[in-house]
Amino acid sequence: MIALSDYLILGAILFAISVAGIFINRKNVIVLLMCVELMLLAVNINFVAFSHFLQDTAGQVFVFFILTVAAAEAAIGLAILVVLFRSKRSINVEDMDALKG
Amino acid sequence: MTLEKLIFYVLAAVVLAAAVMVVTRRNPVHSALFLILAFFASSGIWLLAEAEFLAIVLVLVYVGAVMVLFLFVLMMLDIDIAVLRAGFIKMLPLGIVMAIAMAAELILIVGPDNFGLEKYAAPARHAADYSNTEELGSVLYTVYMYPFEIAAVILLVAIIAAIGLTMRRRTDTKFIDPSKQVVIKKGDDRIRMVSMDAEKG
Amino acid sequence: MENIYLTIVLAPLVGAILAGFFGSTLGRKGSHWVTSTGVGISALLSLYVLKGFMYDGLETFNGTVYTWMVSGGLSMEVGFLVDHLTAVMITVVTFVSFCVHIYTIGYMADDEHNWPKTSLAGKNSYQRFFSYISLFTFSMLMLVMANNFMQLFFGWEAVGLVSYLLIGFWSVRPTAIFANLKAFLVNRVGDFGFILGIAAIVMYTNSLDYAEVFAAAPGLADTQVQIWGDSSWSLMTVIGILLFIGAMGKSAQVPLHVWLPDSMEGPTPISALIHAATMVTAGIFMVARMSPLYELSETALSFILVIGATTAFFTGLIGIVQNDIKRVVAYSTLSQLGYMMVALGASAYAAGIFHLMTHAFFKALLFLAAGSVIIGMHHDQDIRNMGGVRKYMPITYWTSLLGSLALIGFPGFSGFFSKDAIIEAVHHSTIAGSGYAYWLVLAGVFVTALYSFRMFFLVFHGEGPRDEHAKDHLHESPKVVTVPLILLAIPSVILGYLTIDAMLFGDWFKDSLYVLPEHDTLAAVQAMVHSGDGMLGHTFASVAFYLAMGGLALAFYLYMINPALAEKIKNALAPLHTVLDKKYWFDEVYQAVFAAGSRGIGKFLWLVGDRGLIDGLAVNGSAHTVGWLASIVRHVQTGYLYHYAIAMILGLLLLLTWFVYL
Repeated sequence: MIALSDYLILGAILFAISVAGIFINRKNVIVLLMCVELMLLAVNINFVAFSHFLQDTAGQVFVFFILTVAAAEAAIGLAILVVLFRSKRSINVEDMDALKG
Repeated sequence: MTLEKLIFYVLAAVVLAAAVMVVTRRNPVHSALFLILAFFASSGIWLLAEAEFLAIVLVLVYVGAVMVLFLFVLMMLDIDIAVLRAGFIKMLPLGIVMAIAMAAELILIVGPDNFGLEKYAAPARHAADYSNTEELGSVLYTVYMYPFEIAAVILLVAIIAAIGLTMRRRTDTKFIDPSKQVVIKKGDDRIRMVSMDAEKG
Repeated sequence: MENIYLTIVLAPLVGAILAGFFGSTLGRKGSHWVTSTGVGISALLSLYVLKGFMYDGLETFNGTVYTWMVSGGLSMEVGFLVDHLTAVMITVVTFVSFCVHIYTIGYMADDEHNWPKTSLAGKNSYQRFFSYISLFTFSMLMLVMANNFMQLFFGWEAVGLVSYLLIGFWSVRPTAIFANLKAFLVNRVGDFGFILGIAAIVMYTNSLDYAEVFAAAPGLADTQVQIWGDSSWSLMTVIGILLFIGAMGKSAQVPLHVWLPDSMEGPTPISALIHAATMVTAGIFMVARMSPLYELSETALSFILVIGATTAFFTGLIGIVQNDIKRVVAYSTLSQLGYMMVALGASAYAAGIFHLMTHAFFKALLFLAAGSVIIGMHHDQDIRNMGGVRKYMPITYWTSLLGSLALIGFPGFSGFFSKDAIIEAVHHSTIAGSGYAYWLVLAGVFVTALYSFRMFFLVFHGEGPRDEHAKDHLHESPKVVTVPLILLAIPSVILGYLTIDAMLFGDWFKDSLYVLPEHDTLAAVQAMVHSGDGMLGHTFASVAFYLAMGGLALAFYLYMINPALAEKIKNALAPLHTVLDKKYWFDEVYQAVFAAGSRGIGKFLWLVGDRGLIDGLAVNGSAHTVGWLASIVRHVQTGYLYHYAIAMILGLLLLLTWFVYL
């Protein structure tokens, strides 16, 4: 039988990989967004696993909402990206230093 | 090892491999395609966890809509990959160390000691006529009515925001607006009254 | 009776408010009518109250009119204590004030000439002046009628305020501004002691009410307090001396006397009313009122005695060399206030109040007479320019003569009784310093006679005014000036003889003043002279009489018969003359030590404290520190998203570590 810990460890490793992805792709906004999607996926796996093992649909409902919010986030994130590219002709994070103190 | 377990490990391996590919590929388009693979594989894992509806939604919404949007944007923008890749090697060791440290700590927490089968026994499988969609729908439209509606509004806002952000009026086209062509100010522009002296006869 | 007392206090206040706020509407005539009527009502009612006490056996009134607030068991009230002492005081205050109101109508008639044409303050100055003197009357009445320390302090400060306003009445004159500032500052020194004294009383008795404090005082007689270090003081001595410091400021005792001569910058009517007859006697009144406290501390009494005697003699000496007519009278006032203080110090409170009363009349008279002469001389105040005024101003001349005789204590005049009583009381006093005080007050009699008649002869006798122009215009003052002179001259002459038996040797003050049997010097005096008549009979046996006559004769010889000799003496005693002319350098020393010292401290605090510490270190310093810190810390804020992301992830990692291992 698949144990709950199997799911959770899968989620943990997936999360760690996306963290590493954020580190090493630090300049590419679009890959950063993908890493965020991966993180959300890791979390969703955890929710689904808990929902299954605790026999509680609340976890699945949560995943449903997370998908909704993630879709909205992706849509707006990409829209911002397009606008950014339009104005800077680049999606390099290093070019976005308007907040620099 | 049961078939179920075998399928899980295969799918998990695919997810992790795809994730590694996502973060390491030079070309963002490849990353996006590997992300799609990761989503597909995890939707399979969700099926194993009896979350059939969500598995379908993940494929339809994520793979079908969100990831297509990603690819669309990626291809539309003219991205200089070389610049974006600079520092990749430099940050790689740090990233790996961070990832291993984080994974190790997380596994210490969520590992078999705390969440093994002894602690959480695997639940019995549902009968063949069990409908995950029905069960989810029955709580979503009752208990979670308000959050559901709020989620709908969030999506609406996201649509408006996305349109509002990206819409622009282009000035460099030769487009002619017919409605502007036929518009006149009321009265005075159309005819001109000229008052002339009567010819003397 | 409560309503009568309220009316006595409030009538002048109403007058002051009407004249002060609606002066321009009321006009000059309306203003002096409304204020004079208010004070007149008070004067009549005061006389009625006095008559009640004298003939109808009126009971002492001690009641609260209004409770202002109660805080921590301490009740702050407006209340009246009307006994024999108060009755005398309110009569003196309202009567002199009324005379001054009338006199002011004449004196201030052409006040607009004292102001520049463009001065805004000069508009309605006449009405304002009336408003002020009525307000003063109200304040003084509040002071003397108080039955608690808070109201006493209110009156104390209110009369100080009005005094300040009136000294600087001609606010376009720099000297007036300087003088009122000086009066204000010197009085602050006194008030500081005064309020500390009240605070000490409240601290130990937890009450502001006279009756309660006096009842509690004997129980505190042996209390010792540590002021600083291990030195132990009797509580009563501390309270007595602190309160007396207030009295020193208000009653202009050495060394806080310096403001009074300068206060002569104000118009003459207020010099008469405030700086001679009433306000400056507030200190005397206060000490007398506090007699149950002072009786408990011989040290405080000795202190009063020594200060009073010093003031009486040494300021009198200055009077001999002054040439400004008002300043001579001012130094005379200082000297007489010293006499009153001496009486208080010798526990002859009744004699002090008696002298206060007689002095109020004859000193007000002398001031108003001086003012009359000043009017005649067109505001020239230098007595060396005067002379022969007798011919032109007969009423002023005669009233001045009566006032001067009363001042020097000519037998039968009111000053004779009061001053002799004081001298005899000091003679019988046995407390420390009484010997010193006796010789000084005795010598003071000679000095008083000398400076009084020096001024008198120089002003009224001899060759006519030096200025021919002044001679042409010199004539007697109008009735509004001379009538108050006559009104004041009457009590100056007869009041002493009429009242001495009741006030000094009778039991008039039995309910107001408290004297321990072993301090009762007046009883010793009474044993010797028995009565006012007896005192007159003793005239030729008293040293004071011969001294007064000697002073008079010397003045007559020096300034009438042989003026050259005066000049010679002056040259022969040049160093002494310089000392007196410079007023013992009090002003210079104060200027150099206190004024310059305060300025030095102020400058030091400004440069080091304000600019260095507060501005430099606290305000700009903290701003610079924040700026410096921010200039370092801002490098953390790179503005790059991934740095923030890394920080976030590191934080997450730390949190996880903490979660796993702790």
